[in-house]
Amino acid sequence: MAPKPAKHVPGKAPVATVVTMRLYIAGRAPNSVKAIANLEAICRQHLKDGYKLEIIDVCEHPRRALDDGVLVTPSLAKLAPHPGANVIGNLSDTSSVLAALGLTTVPAT
Amino acid sequence: MAKRVSTPSFSKALTGIHGFDEISLGGLPRNRTTLVMGGPGAGKSVFALQTLVGAARRKQAGIFVAFEENVDAIFANAAAFDWNLTALSPKRLFFMNAQLSPAFATTGDFDLGGMLAMLEAKQVEIGAQWVVFDGIDVLLALLRTPRAKMREIYRLRDWLTRRELTAIITTKIDSDGANSESANYGFMQFMVDCVVRFDRRMEQGIPVRRLEISKYRGSAFAPGEFPLSFGPHGMAVASPGPTDSPQEASTERVSTGFAGLDEMLGGGLFRGSSTLISGAPGTSKTTLAGLFTESACRRGERTLFVSFDEGGERVRRNLKSVGIHLDTHLKSGLLLMYSGRTDAVNPEEHLIRIAALIAEHRPLCMVVDPLSAIARTGALSSARAIGNRLIYKLRDHHITAVITALVEGEDPQAEATELQISTIADSWIQLSYLVCGGERNRALTIVKSRGTRHSNQVRELVLSDTGLALVDVYSSGGEVLMGTLRWEKEAEERSRALLRETESDTKRRELQFAEADISARIAALQLDLERQRAALALYKSDDAARHVSSGEHLTEVRRLRGENGSEPVPTQKRRVSNTTAKSRSNGHGPQRGRRGS
Repeated sequence: MAPKPAKHVPGKAPVATVVTMRLYIAGRAPNSVKAIANLEAICRQHLKDGYKLEIIDVCEHPRRALDDGVLVTPSLAKLAPHPGANVIGNLSDTSSVLAALGLTTVPAT
Repeated sequence: MAKRVSTPSFSKALTGIHGFDEISLGGLPRNRTTLVMGGPGAGKSVFALQTLVGAARRKQAGIFVAFEENVDAIFANAAAFDWNLTALSPKRLFFMNAQLSPAFATTGDFDLGGMLAMLEAKQVEIGAQWVVFDGIDVLLALLRTPRAKMREIYRLRDWLTRRELTAIITTKIDSDGANSESANYGFMQFMVDCVVRFDRRMEQGIPVRRLEISKYRGSAFAPGEFPLSFGPHGMAVASPGPTDSPQEASTERVSTGFAGLDEMLGGGLFRGSSTLISGAPGTSKTTLAGLFTESACRRGERTLFVSFDEGGERVRRNLKSVGIHLDTHLKSGLLLMYSGRTDAVNPEEHLIRIAALIAEHRPLCMVVDPLSAIARTGALSSARAIGNRLIYKLRDHHITAVITALVEGEDPQAEATELQISTIADSWIQLSYLVCGGERNRALTIVKSRGTRHSNQVRELVLSDTGLALVDVYSSGGEVLMGTLRWEKEAEERSRALLRETESDTKRRELQFAEADISARIAALQLDLERQRAALALYKSDDAARHVSSGEHLTEVRRLRGENGSEPVPTQKRRVSNTTAKSRSNGHGPQRGRRGS
């Protein structure tokens, strides 16, 4: 088990709704590289309250991915807050990523 | 299509699916990929999973990636078969749940890299040689662009090649075929080494499933569609028709268990031949089949009795009532009775079940009673094909078979238009009711019997407490006489014979009388003749004496008159006539005369 250390960005807002996510990637595959970049951009821009992100390379940890039921890469799982959600793909469409994560209200403020 | 390659550059891996390994001439291409296409419910997943189960039982591990159904549903479905997945999973058979929930959002492109990495780890872990991707279409549907789809297909192909896995990829295609030949599948078909298509159609309310190998790179295969069915062991494919190798026709005769019929057939049925017994209800078809069964068992030959109309128990009881006892043979295991229900069952499945029973019981003799039952449900055309294939199958296995067929209606030729197996059966025995003189009587005719000089005569089949008997029938004015008419005819014949006997006796006596009469008359005439002769002889001697005296008297007179003997003739005449009289009296006269002429 050697997941990449979870990043924790302390939120500035008074109500800290920390979003916990897990991103599964496949090594240096183009879509995986894109997904990491896209997700980090979204997080910087929209998750100012703070987030936890764990990136798992399924090539290095296939058993872990298998147990988690991951199929395709890249694949993003939102673990908290409830409800959970899954997004597959390189996360190039920011608005649909936010919609899937239930974060559409964030950019409004 | 079917390229003939004597030595393929690759080996094949058996699927263990009955019939499929035969039409594919050895199974699927080992370490290569097979694409299985078909509409929903056509049997793709069963084919793929059954192959993995078969491989797992041969200690070849496999991975089943389920894109469409979840693993729980797969286990539930597989419970219908005797596969016992729980015993195989997860050591030999690993299931990977790979359903992408519709709740999953897709944003942007993705690939199978991660999944393949996971599978690779699993492959190494359990030493898998097989992999199934079940329902790849579900996955591909998530890939937005054709380019992405093609890229992932390539990725998959490359991975499979690198990992040296024998793979089965199943994909759903629309049954109407409109979208099925889309670019993806066309491309996939090109990419893989073997393509198997499944088809499911409704024929007269009964689903009929078929399978076809449409491509097999570097290998020959049996072309065409082959029906498939589902039994307790899973899927089975109807193996192709008769084998190319000519069957050696046996000259050994096998008793029908009915001496009268054996005699009509010139000694019995040929070993390995198939005989059709057709007839209306109640014409003793089952009884004849039972006799055949009993005699086969008595010879110690393994026998299979397949009954469709009635349960095995009923058949056994009914046969017992006509003196055919099968209990001991059933107990000893020599005889296997199987009864199948024919309602709502695809005829194909019967054939496959029968094939499975043959493989299990290995019978030398077999009865199917009645085969016509399979034509009751489903399409007649497929029932016909099945009848034919069954006979070919029995022939291939060298099983001596008696197959009965029920003929509805009065026309005894009806069978010929129903299942049409009479043309390929080796012998055809027709049982019918002949109505004459207000009676129905059972008649037996041997319509044909290949390689046998059989009786062409119609015989009456008589059922009695002592069993069946065949009785000669009378032909009268082109019609056979049976039952009471036969009895009347027999009685008539008897009285006629008596009359004839009496008549001839009278005649003989008349003739004897005439003969005696003539003989008597001859004797009387003879006596008369003797008497006449005696009288004649007597008369002649008197006459001679008279002549002599008168002659002497004349000479005396002439001498007295002084005349010269100018009349010596009378003297000569007398001598001659005297000689004649002598010869006649001793009885040699006529003989001598005949010799002289």
